[in-house]
Amino acid sequence: MTSPLPLSSPSISPIFGRLSLDALPLHELPVLVAFAGVAVGGIALLAIITYYKAWGMLWRDWFTSVDHKKIGIMYIILGLVMFVRGFSDALMMRAQQAMAFNGNPGYLPPDHYNQIFTAHGVIMIFFVAMPLVAGLMNFVVPLQIGARDVSFPYLNNFSFWMTTAGAVITMISLFVGNYARTGWLAMPPLSGIAASPDVGVDYYIWGLQVAGVGTLLSGVNLIATIVKMRAPGMTLMKMPVFVWTSLCTNTLIVAAFPVLTAVLALLSLDRYVGMQFFTNGLGGNPMMYVNLIWIWGHPEVYILILPAFGVFSEVVATFASKRLFGYTSMIYATIVITILAYLVWLHHFFTMGSGASVNSFFAITTMIISIPTGAKIFNWLFTMYHGRIRYELPMMWTVAFMLTFVIGGMTGVLLAVPPADFVLHNSLFLIAHFHNVIIGGVVFGMFAGINYWWPKAFGFTLDRVWGKRQFWLWVVGFWFAFAPVYALGLMGVTRRLSQFDDASLQPYFLVAGFGALLILAGTGAMFVQFFVSFRNREKLRDVTGDPWDGRTLEWSTSSPPPDYNFPFTPVVYDNDAWWDMKRRGYVRPTTGFRKIHMPKNTGTGVILAGLSVAFGFGMIWYMWWLAVVSLVGIFAVAIGHSFNYKRDFYIPVEDVVRTEDERTRLLAGEGVSA
Amino acid sequence: MTRTPLFRPLALLAPALLGGCSAVVLDPAGDLAVQQGNLVIFSTVLMLLIIVPVMTLIAVFAWRYRSTNTDAPYSPEWHHSTALELVIWAAPLLIIICLGAVTWTSTHLLDPYRPIGRLDAGRAVAATAKPVRVQVVALDWKWLFIYPDYGIATVNELAAPVDRPLQFDLTSSNVMNAFYIPALVGQIYAMPGMTTKLNAVVNHPGNYAGFSSNFSGDGFSGMRFRFHAVSQGAFDQWVGRIRAGGGSLDRQGYLKLAAPSANVPVARFASVTPGLFDAAANRCVAPGETCMSAMMHADAGEHHANVAAGRPTQKMAMPMAASAPIPATTQPGARLTGAGLPMPGTRATDVPATAGDRRTF
Amino acid sequence: MSAQTFEATANGETPLFYEVEEHHHPEGSSTMLGFWMYLMSDCLIFAILFACYAVLGHSYGGGEGPKQLFELPLVALNTAMLLFSSLTYGFAMLTMERPGASVRAVQGWLIVTGLFGLAFLCIELYEFSNLIHEGAGPWRSAFLSSFFTLVGTHGLHVTVGLIWLVTLVAQIGMHGLGQANRRRLMCLSMFWHFLDVIWIGVFTIVYLMGVLG
Repeated sequence: MTSPLPLSSPSISPIFGRLSLDALPLHELPVLVAFAGVAVGGIALLAIITYYKAWGMLWRDWFTSVDHKKIGIMYIILGLVMFVRGFSDALMMRAQQAMAFNGNPGYLPPDHYNQIFTAHGVIMIFFVAMPLVAGLMNFVVPLQIGARDVSFPYLNNFSFWMTTAGAVITMISLFVGNYARTGWLAMPPLSGIAASPDVGVDYYIWGLQVAGVGTLLSGVNLIATIVKMRAPGMTLMKMPVFVWTSLCTNTLIVAAFPVLTAVLALLSLDRYVGMQFFTNGLGGNPMMYVNLIWIWGHPEVYILILPAFGVFSEVVATFASKRLFGYTSMIYATIVITILAYLVWLHHFFTMGSGASVNSFFAITTMIISIPTGAKIFNWLFTMYHGRIRYELPMMWTVAFMLTFVIGGMTGVLLAVPPADFVLHNSLFLIAHFHNVIIGGVVFGMFAGINYWWPKAFGFTLDRVWGKRQFWLWVVGFWFAFAPVYALGLMGVTRRLSQFDDASLQPYFLVAGFGALLILAGTGAMFVQFFVSFRNREKLRDVTGDPWDGRTLEWSTSSPPPDYNFPFTPVVYDNDAWWDMKRRGYVRPTTGFRKIHMPKNTGTGVILAGLSVAFGFGMIWYMWWLAVVSLVGIFAVAIGHSFNYKRDFYIPVEDVVRTEDERTRLLAGEGVSA
Repeated sequence: MTRTPLFRPLALLAPALLGGCSAVVLDPAGDLAVQQGNLVIFSTVLMLLIIVPVMTLIAVFAWRYRSTNTDAPYSPEWHHSTALELVIWAAPLLIIICLGAVTWTSTHLLDPYRPIGRLDAGRAVAATAKPVRVQVVALDWKWLFIYPDYGIATVNELAAPVDRPLQFDLTSSNVMNAFYIPALVGQIYAMPGMTTKLNAVVNHPGNYAGFSSNFSGDGFSGMRFRFHAVSQGAFDQWVGRIRAGGGSLDRQGYLKLAAPSANVPVARFASVTPGLFDAAANRCVAPGETCMSAMMHADAGEHHANVAAGRPTQKMAMPMAASAPIPATTQPGARLTGAGLPMPGTRATDVPATAGDRRTF
Repeated sequence: MSAQTFEATANGETPLFYEVEEHHHPEGSSTMLGFWMYLMSDCLIFAILFACYAVLGHSYGGGEGPKQLFELPLVALNTAMLLFSSLTYGFAMLTMERPGASVRAVQGWLIVTGLFGLAFLCIELYEFSNLIHEGAGPWRSAFLSSFFTLVGTHGLHVTVGLIWLVTLVAQIGMHGLGQANRRRLMCLSMFWHFLDVIWIGVFTIVYLMGVLG
């Protein structure tokens, strides 16, 4: 008896696998337009890079860089680029849902619409939110703990490129073949080979598997960094809150992503080898997939939100010019959330028919999470109390977050009550709820973080006018976009519908669509803000390295920080290390510099990620030769890399002296040199 | 949860806030959905007790302590107050204790597997009341309803008499779906190879929307049906009309019906092959297919052979694996109770009434 | 760096806020911690596979179960191979720790370890091919899917361990037993013993409890 699958059926070419010209979307206008847009944009970008002869610079200074700051920035660029794709999907869905009434089928046939909502979910979570969070953690954590880099700088570069490779695999599906039509968690049996025989689910699987490797290794790396690389004097309870939330997030990553890897591997075995894990026949059990994927999926939510909580904690203390209220309870709240994150997964499927006691157990653990979360809100609140709040952009985002997030938290607890969930599960109320916490929490947090640390990364602040425009468009747009969605949920409208029969619902979808347009304008304002700020960078220049009167160590060094971050390793006495230094008359050292030990750049990460894309593509299209060749290539390159024992170098003392003297000159106000 | 005077105006207010459009979740037609909707409102009000003050404080502090207001006190080093921290942990805790208690009781009272005990707040179910049983099969992409006590079946049309207990047994032919009539009662999954149960009652006659609320593929949007809640007399007439209308649903007919199709019009069958639902749930409608129940029986026999061989059976930690077959249990609400660690979400009965109830809880 | 720089000065004078002497994070000081964390995450993957086996291990799909399919003597031999390989890896590490350790001796023990590992893999593949030949391939039932996946994933790890081991034999041949190579040997040692521990779980839960239980 052999495997029942058509892996070697005659219709599969030995060279091209199941790939043929039919896989190209030549007959689908919207995809062609998207393709043309991406192609023209891509060619223009490549032309510009070539024109400015920037390839060498990009390769040497960025792609192969092991500098955590550059990797962090590249993560954020990846997140923002993918946001454009994910948000385009959102606009397409909003447009379809706003028009598909009274027998009007809209402009998207179901098979296309279903790909779009699947891609929207996957891209927003894995390739927007995750890179943004990872980018901020990478950039900020080593600076905040007074380190020169992460524990494993080469691994860091590799992790970034694997995340990018996952995004590339996912993006290829737009133009070659199609994406999964299953929803973002690809639940079997729908995602099994019987119900989804085409390449969509395979794109889903390999995109996530490749990116998952990067995420997991990045998690290991940052935990090791935080545990091992802190500056002397920085005990655990003197770490900045953002470092704490990063530690908890990465612990969650290391403890949750293996579950995703395993469950997707099992789904692959079902699909490729004809195994029976989640099939309908011969003993398979699809409910097991649902359990396992949510054992990863719920911690994932906290993986995203905890770093955002960290950002808000830094921002609120800085801009209230006041110590964070209740540091200790903040830390314990974070730890409690981390632990409870693993005890709530079943609340995603109360309606599966578990017993009342099981449902109640998971309901109550879920509600308990709201207690530490509530304590955090109060802590931020009482940090503002008796403060002197400066409404710079990061602080505006923080206040908007607090007001928005409590609503999302409330609807979340409501959904945790099983009988309420029975009437609201899978409804648009649920959609509104998680957009409320993810946009109101994670996205606002990332915007706060980007506005807060931008001057640290680039040496100039972001333009306030366009920043405010972005802020108001986003905040107002969010409520226009999702208040009607809440209402629709209470009207019993379920998610993932591409056509409606009740015309009275249309006005709500029109309002939601209007909200999406406001968010579009807000996103545009953000990119304009970046552009305007770059153009006016001399006017917005910050030479002090401390534009916000900051409290933590990253503000003690120059902006942007030198490659080595700190000429001397700082010594820490207080939670707010830099605040403490400023208060007690810290004098910046100007002499006595030494050579500094640093890791060397490497191109191995890029090469391995490229081979992973080829491997994934081979697996997706059953081009076995390509899969085998690239897998062998991956092993060969990785082993070859391990034969290189000279991975570090010293920054000569003259370079350190030159860099630090330049900073001394700037601080003394001797003019600004570009 | 009873509909107390406090909640009635709120229940009426909420739809008003929604622009007068019918928020069916908060204003449904069946007693269970009414209780579930009331719980939505109660929980919201309970949480607003803390949310409203917090939002007010955020706004007040954000305004009062702005940097330009130099009149406001400024204490840059103030960062700890034991009393205040006790309050900020205790306040949400109290709310959650209340909500947790309500959750525990309401989850048990409104468990979809639990036969209903009352028709509405004022009327208990008569001891003699015979429930209307409906067997529901989610097909790609339409709904098949079998009335075993009447021997009829319909596609994409459901009718039931008001004020009578309704019992649904649900399964699916191919992929996961969820059966949801917002006006009647909360949803429950319909899953292939398994059955789930749903108990309900409808109090107000009407024509309500029903649909799948778990995405199931390309025809999902059209997987809708109308639910007609009618008087007993009208229901009997409806049954009579279907019986008179002819047409029968046998295994071949089921297989043809089960082939994927979208936006399927209503169909009615005057007779149904007996045991069709069990065969559908056991995935053995097609000739030559081994029923899952038989397969599991064989597997269990294998397991028992081990026991018979005089060796102690090693129970696995997961009761899914350990649940030996027990005699067929069809009485509603019967369930195995907690042996070992639960594999959550597995109460849904794998293959009912034949190989035994494999629910964990 | 003296201890008093860590003490905040109470009387208001400025303490030293940076280290004049370079504070050393010895190279590779995080490697062990990082590798441990990786192993724990790998352990979670096995935990999932064990859980699947526990849930699906009695779903024979109407086919045969462990009693008919597994041959304990063969598996016992296989287990012995892996246990011996762990022992010989231990000898390799003891040899390495000895002052003036000879590269040759360490390489020798590693090669012996590799041969045991290879024998383990061959026996496993033999078992798999037998099962498939008998019509009990991984697609036959959920039980067999979870069996092949659990045991096969372990086998895959052993394969990767072997590739790594060969690489290290070459690397200590080229670069001797320096700090970096000792660290690598230590990581592989943890990895190898970890696979042993996993196998003991597999042997007990899948084979012993399946056949004797």
